[in-house]
Amino acid sequence: MEFVFLIPLLPLLGATVNGVIGSKLPKRAVGLIACLVMAAAFVVSICTFYKLMLLPATERSVVVSFFSWIASGSFSVDMAFLIDPLSALMILIVTGVGFLIHVYSTGYMHDDKAYWRYMCYLNLFVFFMLMLVLGSNYLVMFLGWEGVGLCSYLLIGFWYEKKSASDAGKKAFVVNRIGDFGFILGLFLLYWSLSDLGAGSLDYKTVFENIHNIDPAILTIIGLLLFVGAAGKSAQVPLYVWLPDAMEGPTPVSALIHAATMVTAGVYMVARNNALYSLIPHVGNIIASVGIFTALFAATMGLVQNDIKKVLAYSTVSQLGYMFAAVGVGAYGAGVFHLMTHAFFKGLMFLGSGSVIHAMGGEQDMRRMGGLHSHMKITSVTFIIGALAIAGMPPFSGFWSKDEILWEAFEKGHFVIWAVGLLTAGMTAFYMFRQVFMTFTGECRADDHTKHHLHESPSSMTIPLIILAILSAVGGIIGIPLFEEGTAAHQFLNPVFSHGEQELHSEAVHGGLELIMMGVSVAVGLTGIFLASLLYYAPMKKYAPSFWRPEAIASSFKGLHRLLFNKYYIDEIYDYLVVNPIKRFCDWCLSFDLGVIDWFVNFAAWATRLTAWASHKFDIYIVDGLVNSMSTLVTYNSSIWRRLQTGYLQNYALVFVVGVLIIIVRVLLG
Amino acid sequence: MPAGLNINFYAVMPEILVTALALIVLVLDLFIRKNKAALGWVSVIGLICILPFAAYTNEPYPVFGGTIIADSFSAFFNVIFIIAAIFTILISMDYLRKIGVDRGEYYHIILFATVGMMVMGAANDLINVYVGLELMALSFYILVAYRVKSSRSVEGALKYFVLGALSSGILLYGMSFAYGAAGSTNFMEIAGELGKGDNTYLTLGIILMAVGFGFKIAAVPFHMWSPDVYEGAPTPVTALLSVGSKAAAFAAFLRVFTAAFPAFQADWSSMLWIISAATMIFGAVVAISQRNIVRMLAYSSIAHAGIIMIGLIVFNDTGLAGVAYYLLVYAFMNMGAFTIVALFRNKGRFENIDEYKGLSTTRPLLAFLMALFLLSLAGIPPTGGFAAKFFILSAAIDAKYYWLASIGVVSTAISLFFYAKVIFYMYMKEPDPGAEIAPASGVIYNIVLFCTAVGTVFLGVYPAPFIDMAVKAVRPLLM
Repeated sequence: MEFVFLIPLLPLLGATVNGVIGSKLPKRAVGLIACLVMAAAFVVSICTFYKLMLLPATERSVVVSFFSWIASGSFSVDMAFLIDPLSALMILIVTGVGFLIHVYSTGYMHDDKAYWRYMCYLNLFVFFMLMLVLGSNYLVMFLGWEGVGLCSYLLIGFWYEKKSASDAGKKAFVVNRIGDFGFILGLFLLYWSLSDLGAGSLDYKTVFENIHNIDPAILTIIGLLLFVGAAGKSAQVPLYVWLPDAMEGPTPVSALIHAATMVTAGVYMVARNNALYSLIPHVGNIIASVGIFTALFAATMGLVQNDIKKVLAYSTVSQLGYMFAAVGVGAYGAGVFHLMTHAFFKGLMFLGSGSVIHAMGGEQDMRRMGGLHSHMKITSVTFIIGALAIAGMPPFSGFWSKDEILWEAFEKGHFVIWAVGLLTAGMTAFYMFRQVFMTFTGECRADDHTKHHLHESPSSMTIPLIILAILSAVGGIIGIPLFEEGTAAHQFLNPVFSHGEQELHSEAVHGGLELIMMGVSVAVGLTGIFLASLLYYAPMKKYAPSFWRPEAIASSFKGLHRLLFNKYYIDEIYDYLVVNPIKRFCDWCLSFDLGVIDWFVNFAAWATRLTAWASHKFDIYIVDGLVNSMSTLVTYNSSIWRRLQTGYLQNYALVFVVGVLIIIVRVLLG
Repeated sequence: MPAGLNINFYAVMPEILVTALALIVLVLDLFIRKNKAALGWVSVIGLICILPFAAYTNEPYPVFGGTIIADSFSAFFNVIFIIAAIFTILISMDYLRKIGVDRGEYYHIILFATVGMMVMGAANDLINVYVGLELMALSFYILVAYRVKSSRSVEGALKYFVLGALSSGILLYGMSFAYGAAGSTNFMEIAGELGKGDNTYLTLGIILMAVGFGFKIAAVPFHMWSPDVYEGAPTPVTALLSVGSKAAAFAAFLRVFTAAFPAFQADWSSMLWIISAATMIFGAVVAISQRNIVRMLAYSSIAHAGIIMIGLIVFNDTGLAGVAYYLLVYAFMNMGAFTIVALFRNKGRFENIDEYKGLSTTRPLLAFLMALFLLSLAGIPPTGGFAAKFFILSAAIDAKYYWLASIGVVSTAISLFFYAKVIFYMYMKEPDPGAEIAPASGVIYNIVLFCTAVGTVFLGVYPAPFIDMAVKAVRPLLM
């Protein structure tokens, strides 16, 4: 545990080295440094995880404090890490998936001219992400929270020469600022209310011990403000708009930041604050409703996207909605479990789409793809595994986690959430397999030039794909309800959520009803896949009825299709309601500035010049005259007094004695 | 007398160790025939080893019948003395070879001078003050005359000796008045006797003692010796004289006046007020018309003494701590400036300020360091000189000595003129064609310059811990 500081420090070291001298190093060295620090951090994380497992379940919460970060009066914050099952799992995901994506990046970004800058940012991101999940108080978490936001901005706008990329970076940053604003207001309110109780602290332990003393009304506000932060970072309605645009960044970045790790920070934060949210279940209901609405809303938009990465982006928003639905209903374990499996399969799918884009020479439109399976088998097979996982097909990991969320929602009586979740699961299966069919099957619709260059990606890219595919396939094992007390994941995570999850896991619940539920959700998923195959899978197309063709659906639901295709015009609405008014206000300020303020400034400048002219004259004739006469006086005195220094010893002695006599007379008689 | 003699050799261990080191060097001098610089190295290494002992205070109460006190105050000054001695010896080795007087006794005389300073800092009895002062002064008489081939050196030494004897006589005269009035030479007992009966003789004693110390710190009008002596003496000796001797005199000055005569503070501070003001103005004004760089630094040193006196006059903890801190900073910045002067001064060359013309092109690093030290002496941030001046002047303002503080500021402003003149010559003027190029600095010089420069900057940038130390150092004086 003492070495836990190495986990974030190693990526920081890599970022520093690559940032300072990376431009002078060969690409191989830059990539090696970036990957090695990640590998080392992963190893240390495994050791930490192992050490934690050696402890008895009730003692698995270790705070490692390094130094006092801020100490000001009664307020003090330590730079300290909390190692408990939740953070241990998170660091494994971050360093493990992060390492694979670093390796993948060495292949994907190999020809980029700013390779070292990319690696530096990527390492830096991992550092901040680890600070976020490891911090044992809100301030360290906030440090990481802001840091990942910065790195996200830097990496989305990595190709800053492209206007759309730099715009997307700015959009992500600004929307995240709104969330962060809520987050920090929540922290202020939390600290303030705790201070009133005489327990002013930002340390999780102290906060959670005293939190039940806070007035529930204030606690509700705190919970909502923190959730605003979470919604910003994790792209929930209404702050989700930045995530689809964030796909302008390099694809491995989308995989690491905008699928596997950073966007799940909000889920982590709510899970971390389970002690808080368990006291205010009505806020939990709001979170769950927002989550499940986001899941459905994003899924509908995902149905009609043609950009390979945009589909994944909406699917990410949708899956994050599931996670929020889970933590909102108090199923923290299920939420975190889905977070983990999502990191595997969504990371895999993003990397797979990156591999496809790589092969297609930068093409992202699925309408120009097709039939890629024959050209790139590894990418295709691993991608399909990912799609099966996200579609909730047993025995892939997504099945266990998604099913658990739906089951817990059902079990806790949130039937609407369960129903919407089930519908969304069907849609997810549909659009995912729409993507699979459009990309990998059928005739290749690319131009000849691209077709000619189709190739499987280098092994640095395929090996991470294979590893992630294995994890996506079997990662659900720890979520299989084999034990009477619940799943392995639950057993592991439960101590963290002991405040939050009430005794809901009676033994009987894992009975027949749950099996029926599993069957229902698998059936829904299969239906989605089937409907997609009728539309987009060549061998099945001929069985489709006439109204079930893409063009036919688009024309018969013209309005709906256009609405979905244009993403509900949300960006336009935001532009109209928020962005443009602000712009107009800025324009008004500008004209006010030009017309009124500048006039004053110009007048002041003119007046200043006038005074300057006058004071110049004053300076030359009056001030300089005085100064020069002073300096003449000093110099004159200097040359007079130096003559005292005759060099004759007897004169010196005379001055000495006269001086003594004067002082004696002055003191004794004066 | 105190109940017991309280003999404690640990308390005087730094003094014993430096004395032993001096004796070792004295004996080694007989055996080392050729390479006398080796003696310098022995002295330097010895002093570096003694430094931790000197900085360590274990007995913060009077020992040896109340005549010596090894408290934080004496430890602070011991560190200044030993650092100054180390720097002096380091720059001497090369210098002595250059002037052709490479002789061994130089080193142990410096060490004895250092012992004298340390005794002055630790003395708790008038007799010990005098013994330390004479040990230091006698050593310096010899050291000043060390350039035997130069008539100016011998002349300076003779002037220093005659005037020093005069001032010692006056100091002793003052001490005898104090003894006559108080019946003791011990500071605490003098302080205890104060106010019992007629104090006229005691006041006379205080005046005469102030004169004696004023001579050593070169306060106006007892400063006349200093330009001649500074100019004549070997430059490293000048450096030690301006840093070590002045610090020692201030240490004794502070100790005597705060421990023995605190009740007469109103009297002596009004007397010192005049001396301080005169010293600040006179030193700064006369320095302007100096062409010789050593004489210029001599007058600058006089002006600094006037400013340091302010700390004693205001007589509060910040003021006294300001004195200690100022002397620490002064040890670094003045030593640095003199190191460069010692490096350049050779056979009548680089005596005058205009010979520093264009130094920035011929020796850019040395010119930069010289500028750094001079700016610090002038009190420009972020150097230590600024922090020290700020500390003392703010103490004066706190204690409502507005006029004295104003005179200090005026003096500082005037002094910027002559410091800036050197910088002006170094950076704004082209070197004379065909003029002798300033010598390059050797490794030892570089070490000394590096240490002094780092000290000068560090004490200005991060003064807090050292100011704390100075505050701790003067705490025993105010009890």
